[in-house]
Amino acid sequence: MIVRLVKRIAVLLVSLVVSSVLVFAFMAVLPGDPARVALGTSASETAVAQLREQFGLDRPFVAQYLSWVHGLVTFDPGTSYISHTEIGPQLADRLQVTLWLVGAGMVLACILAVPMGILMAVRHRRPSGLILSALSQAGVAVPAFLAGILLITVFAVGLGWLPANGWTPPAQDPVLFLKQLVLPVLSLGMVQGAVLTRYIRSAVLDVLREDYLRTARAKGLRPMRALVRHGLRNAAVPVVTVLALQLATLLVGAVVIERVFVIPGLGSLLLDSVSNRDLIVVQDVVMIIAMAVLLVNFLVDTIYLMIDPRLRGGSS
Amino acid sequence: MRHHRRPTRGTGAIAATLACLLLASCSAGSTATGGSAGKNSLNIGLTAEPANFDFTKTAGNAIPQALLYNVYQNLVKLDQSGRIQPQLATSWRLSKDRRTYTFHLVKNATFSNGARFTAEDAKFSIERVSSDWTVAQKSQMDVVDTARAVSPTELKVTLKKPSNDWLYRMTTRVGAMFSRTGVSKLATEPVGTGPYVVKRWNRGDSITLARRDGYWGREPHFKSVTLKYFKDPTALNNALLTGTINVINDMQSPDTLYRFQNNPKYKVIEGSTNSEVVLSLNNSSGPMRNRKARQAVRYAIDHKALMDTCWAGRGKLIGSMVPPTDPWYQNLTNQYPYDRDKAKKLLKESGEAGHTLRLRIPTLPYAIACGTVVKSQLEQAGFKVKLDQLEFPAAWLSTVFKNADYDMSIIGHLEPRDMQTVFGGKGYYTGYDNPEFRALLQKADQGTKKEQITYMRAAARLLSKDAAADWLFLLPMLTVADKDITGLPVNYVSESMDLTGLGRS
Repeated sequence: MIVRLVKRIAVLLVSLVVSSVLVFAFMAVLPGDPARVALGTSASETAVAQLREQFGLDRPFVAQYLSWVHGLVTFDPGTSYISHTEIGPQLADRLQVTLWLVGAGMVLACILAVPMGILMAVRHRRPSGLILSALSQAGVAVPAFLAGILLITVFAVGLGWLPANGWTPPAQDPVLFLKQLVLPVLSLGMVQGAVLTRYIRSAVLDVLREDYLRTARAKGLRPMRALVRHGLRNAAVPVVTVLALQLATLLVGAVVIERVFVIPGLGSLLLDSVSNRDLIVVQDVVMIIAMAVLLVNFLVDTIYLMIDPRLRGGSS
Repeated sequence: MRHHRRPTRGTGAIAATLACLLLASCSAGSTATGGSAGKNSLNIGLTAEPANFDFTKTAGNAIPQALLYNVYQNLVKLDQSGRIQPQLATSWRLSKDRRTYTFHLVKNATFSNGARFTAEDAKFSIERVSSDWTVAQKSQMDVVDTARAVSPTELKVTLKKPSNDWLYRMTTRVGAMFSRTGVSKLATEPVGTGPYVVKRWNRGDSITLARRDGYWGREPHFKSVTLKYFKDPTALNNALLTGTINVINDMQSPDTLYRFQNNPKYKVIEGSTNSEVVLSLNNSSGPMRNRKARQAVRYAIDHKALMDTCWAGRGKLIGSMVPPTDPWYQNLTNQYPYDRDKAKKLLKESGEAGHTLRLRIPTLPYAIACGTVVKSQLEQAGFKVKLDQLEFPAAWLSTVFKNADYDMSIIGHLEPRDMQTVFGGKGYYTGYDNPEFRALLQKADQGTKKEQITYMRAAARLLSKDAAADWLFLLPMLTVADKDITGLPVNYVSESMDLTGLGRS
C-alpha cells in the first residue's frame, strides 16, 4: 500500500511539472504582447518597452518560467498586467467563492443522488422506480443555467423569497451569504445530482446482479441490508470516479452559473482575464485548475485504495 | 421478495430529502430582498467594471465614471446640460490673447490623505499628465506651456496657443486633481478631494464608496454608495426587480424597459449621451475610399427603422458627430435622407458595386443589434456585405482600430467632443484626411466663443457632406430607479457619474 501511495505521489509531481511547462509554453506562443495590450493601442513604444521590462517579459523564456514556478510554489504569483494588483489574494478570493459554490453544489448532489440512485436500482422494475428514473433523465437534460434562470424567475422575481443574484463573503454578512447561496447551489446540485443518480443507479444495478449478493441473501439477509453491507462498497468505485470528474469539470464549468447569478468566482476571473488579455492571470488560473484536476485524481486513486482491498493487496 | 411489502420506506427517504430541500430554501428568508440598501446607502447597477483605479495608465471609461467628481475633483466640472461650472476653482479669467488662464482656488479643500489642496497640487497634477500618464487622453494637455502657482489659491496656466477645448478637457479625467503625496498607489488607493472615498472593492462584483469625514464642501446625502457590476442585462434587471439595487445606470437593453415602465414602483428616465453610434467607413483604402460609394451608403440607411429595430426606438437621430448637448449641435439628418433609388444610382456611378464590403463589428450589444439591420438595408440597395463579429475589445481593437483592416464597422464613439480625434487626426482608423476640415477645427479652437460655434458647425457639415461615416443614432442614457430616488443624472455628458446630488424623497 505504501509503495503504491509513493508511486502515485511521484506520478502527481511529474504531472504537475509537465502541465506547468505546457501551460507556460502555450501562453508564451500566443500572439500578442501583454504589455502592448495592457497599455492600449495608443501607447508609445517607450511606454510599452518600460512595462515589458517591469513585468520581466524581456528576459529569456527559461528565466521567466522559473520565476513563474517559483512564484507559484512560494504562493506569490506576482502582479496583474491589467489591475496592477497582487494576483495571489485575488486568486484566493475567487477560489474560495468557487469552492463554496462547487462544494455545496456537490454535497447537495450527493444528498439527492445517493438515496435516489439506490432506490431507482432497487425498484427499477416498479412504477416508483420508473417515475424517479424519468425525473432524473429530465434533470440530466436541463442545463444548469436554465435551471438557474427558472429558479430566479420563480423564487426571486416571482415570490421574492430569495435574492436574484449577487455574492457576499460569509464574513461580511453570513445571513445574506446563505440567502444568496441557495439558488445557485440548487441549480448546480440538482443538475449534477441528476447525472450522478444515473451512474449510481447503474452501478447498484450491476452489483445487485452479482453472485455474492445472492449468497448474502441466501444467508437470510434482507435485500436492503445485503446491499448496504456487501454491495454499496463495490458500487462506490465507479461512482467515486464520476464524482471526481464532475468536481473537476465544475471548477471552471460553474462559470455559467456564476454569470447567471453574478458570482465572482474562478471561472468568471478566467473569462474576464481572457477578454482583458491579462495573460499572467489566465496562466495562473489555468494552472490552478490543472492542479485541482490532478489533485482530485490523486485523491480518487487514494480513495480506491481505501474502498477496494484488492488494490491494496496487489503490490504487497 | 420481502421488500415488496415495505414500499413506504423508500418513498419516505425521498420525501425527507425533498422536505429538507424546501426547508433549506424557505428558512433562508421569506421576505428576502438581497443586499437592499438601507436609508443612508444606495446600490447602483452598472455594466462595465473598472480594471483598476488608475485612469492615468488604464484606458476606458469605467474608472472615470466611478471616480470623477465623486473621489477625484477637477478645477472645473461639467453640469448636466454640458456647461462648465466651478469645482475646485471658484472662478477663472482668460487673458486678452486667449492664452493664459488664471484660476482662483477654494481655500479649505483637503485630500482624503489629510493633505491640503493648494495651487502647487494643481500645477503638479497638470504637469504630471505629460510626464507620467500613458493613456491617449494625455495629448489633450500638450497645449499647456507652463503652469505656475502664484499663491496657494491662485494658479496661472499659459498655453502654447489659444485653445477653447483645453478648458473643456479640464472637466474630464485629464483635469483631475491629485495630491503631491498621494500618487504612489493610484491603481488601488485613489486619493482625491471629493466627498467620497473608496471603502471596499469586491473584484468582479462591486465597489463601495463611503462619505468622507471632514469633506470641505457640501456633504452628499448618501453615507455609502455601492456600485454593483453586471455583465448580463437580465441579471441587472432582476437585481432591481428584487431590490438588490436601487438604480440601473445607463441601461443597455432597451427592449426590456417594459418590465419597469408601467410599474408604479419605478421611474424611467431617458436622457442624452456623447455616444454617437457610428457606421464607420474606411476612408483611406478599399471601396469606401470612393466618395460616391460612401454617399450611397448614407442614402441606403433608413435610420428611423434601424433605431426602432435595434434599440427599441430609444435614442436620437443626429446625422452628425455632434450630440445635442454640445453648443454647436445642429440637426443634419436631412443631408442624406433615406432614398434607396438614389443609393442604387450613386453606387452604380461609383463603380464599386462589384466589391464585397467587410462589415466588421465588435461584440457589443448595440453593434450586434444593428449589424444585421445595416447589412440587410445595404443589400437592398445593391451592396454586397459580409458581416464579421470580432471579440471586443482585443480582436476588434487590433483588427479594425489599429490595423484598419476593414471596410465598415459599427462602434459607439463615447468620448466627449470627439470629432477632432475620430476624423481630424492622421493615422486614426477612419482614415479621413481633409486639410479643409482640420483648418476649420483649428479656427474653432482658437477663436472666440461665437467663432468656435460657427466653425464647429461648418466642420460638422463638411464631414457629413463628405460622408466620412454614417451616424446611425445617438445612444440614449436610460436610467431606471426606485421611485423615491432623487437627483439622478439625466444625461451622460461628462465622463463622471456624479453621485453627489443623489437623495431620497
